[in-house]
Amino acid sequence: MSVQEVLPLNGLASEQSGQFRADHLLVAEMVKPGSKVLDVGCGEGDLLQLLETRGIDGRGIELSREGVNRCVAKGLAVVQGDADTDLVNYPDDAFDYVILSQTLQATRQPKVVLENLLRIGRRAIVSFPNFGFWKMRLQLLIGGHMPRTENLPAAWYDTANIHFCTIKDFVELCDAIGVKMERAEALDLYGRPLRLRLPWWVWNLFGEQGVFLLTRGLGK
Amino acid sequence: MVGVKSVPSPAISADERSHEVDHPSSLVAHFGADEPLPLDCGIDLSPFQIAYQTYGELNADRSNAILICHALTGDQHVFNVHPVTGKSGWWDTLVGPGRPLDPQRYFIICANVIGGCMGSTGPASINPATGKVWGLDFPVITIPDMVRAQAMLIDRLGIDTLFAVVGGSMGGMQVLQWTAAYPGRVFSALAIACSTRHSAQNIAFHELGRQAVMADPDWHNGGYADQGIHPHRGLAVARMAAHITYLSDAALHRKFGRRMQDRELPTFSFDADFQVESYLRYQGSSFVERFDANSYLYLTRAMDYFDIAADHGGVLAKAFAGIQTRFCVVSFTSDWLFPTSESRALVHALNASSARVSFAEIETDRGHDAFLLDVPEFFDISRAFLQSAGKARGLTSKDG
Repeated sequence: MSVQEVLPLNGLASEQSGQFRADHLLVAEMVKPGSKVLDVGCGEGDLLQLLETRGIDGRGIELSREGVNRCVAKGLAVVQGDADTDLVNYPDDAFDYVILSQTLQATRQPKVVLENLLRIGRRAIVSFPNFGFWKMRLQLLIGGHMPRTENLPAAWYDTANIHFCTIKDFVELCDAIGVKMERAEALDLYGRPLRLRLPWWVWNLFGEQGVFLLTRGLGK
Repeated sequence: MVGVKSVPSPAISADERSHEVDHPSSLVAHFGADEPLPLDCGIDLSPFQIAYQTYGELNADRSNAILICHALTGDQHVFNVHPVTGKSGWWDTLVGPGRPLDPQRYFIICANVIGGCMGSTGPASINPATGKVWGLDFPVITIPDMVRAQAMLIDRLGIDTLFAVVGGSMGGMQVLQWTAAYPGRVFSALAIACSTRHSAQNIAFHELGRQAVMADPDWHNGGYADQGIHPHRGLAVARMAAHITYLSDAALHRKFGRRMQDRELPTFSFDADFQVESYLRYQGSSFVERFDANSYLYLTRAMDYFDIAADHGGVLAKAFAGIQTRFCVVSFTSDWLFPTSESRALVHALNASSARVSFAEIETDRGHDAFLLDVPEFFDISRAFLQSAGKARGLTSKDG
């Protein structure tokens, strides 16, 4: 696996960091200005709005009606749809980047969704909560119950998140389906990127979430 | 004996209505022998006229024109008192100062469709070749024919690119046809409660309406105008049936339930005991005052024939290939005439065409008719869509 040098967060991030989520700023930084982007599970369109400020042509898919309506009311091009069922309708190479931000764990078929992302887009950016994070491990190990965090507050029986994974699991999935990692980041509890030179097990333990820039590999 | 009150005959005379048919009180564009309208059925319609209304002013670079496409029984009177019914404009919820389609900011155009009966050439118009009303001699028209005629009107008005084409139901079909036929001339498209093709169920309902009209002994094989009569009973029944499809069970229940009309006990007759019955009878009878029966046949037929994909080898995405138009598609949860699934199919095709599309489903129990009613969420989305499109188009205004 090859991982690129981590670039410092640019000026945009520091100027607007109060306004936007840390993982969104990191994602936005990974997208080349002027490209065409599909944000799958775009919520209320915060990331799309951030991307538009960088001259990026963004589209979105969102499951919740309220989310879609808020996006359209913001002037964003967003359609109501389901990542699990609707991605098949998008043609190959339709976008430069397809983004799946904090949505992977809510899909029924994460592997199929991931494959679709890299069929529709030349690149994919995936961020997800890391279930290998030390706080999660502690809750299961010491507390003996399914972990709940600030970002994932729902109880196990009424959560939309059904497919949790760790950073390590995700890396293995990418390897298994022949997806190349162009860039990998782990953000700590405060949304700060962990240092690159650290070994993987540290990321898996101290990364609260992982953010990955993926490209098509040779396939398997 | 069982008492039955008949549907009252129309309050407006055939003469009064026919005056609006050929000499409308709105603006009229005449197209002479040198400018025929080529119809899908192979006939060139000539001469012909289009009645239309405009609101607001065209800006200096002619970039703020919005074309509103009306639904099946609508007309050009979007935002003014209707010359026949005396009621306010049919879309004055959406159109008006401070509303999403603001005439202070856009130049708004709405034309009566070809085949209509409010001033555009249709089966109720006088056939110049015979000096008599066209009736069933009028050629069958299609949604593309209507749009082709509108494009001639837009040319006549000196407008190259429309800032937006907006419409619901049959109007939404015209919006889609505009973008498929003239992609370069439509900057943005707002398609509401519509579909790229008319479903079998909808064709079935239209057939029911047409058969009701044709079963009226006053219809006279479409030649009723010569006899100075109007098949108002058949047309009223057609309207009643159609009106039910525009609502939802929940909306009917909320509005009427099983409440009785001006009585507490049933009359044991076929009188309009229930409020919902008298409501439908009112809808039917007020409709025949302003609408021509043959026109109803022609326009329902045009909707039935509509199928954009069929014109593009059965592949819907091909109809919109490479399109630059910005789309906003809106559906309503309780609309069973044009359900959300049909809007979704359209959105999938637009996505496959890489078009810039937004799609929202509005939660309401008011059925298909919701697009004509005061639904704030729908207005918010329409306003936001047009404003963001306006920004992209470089339309400047005081409120951004």
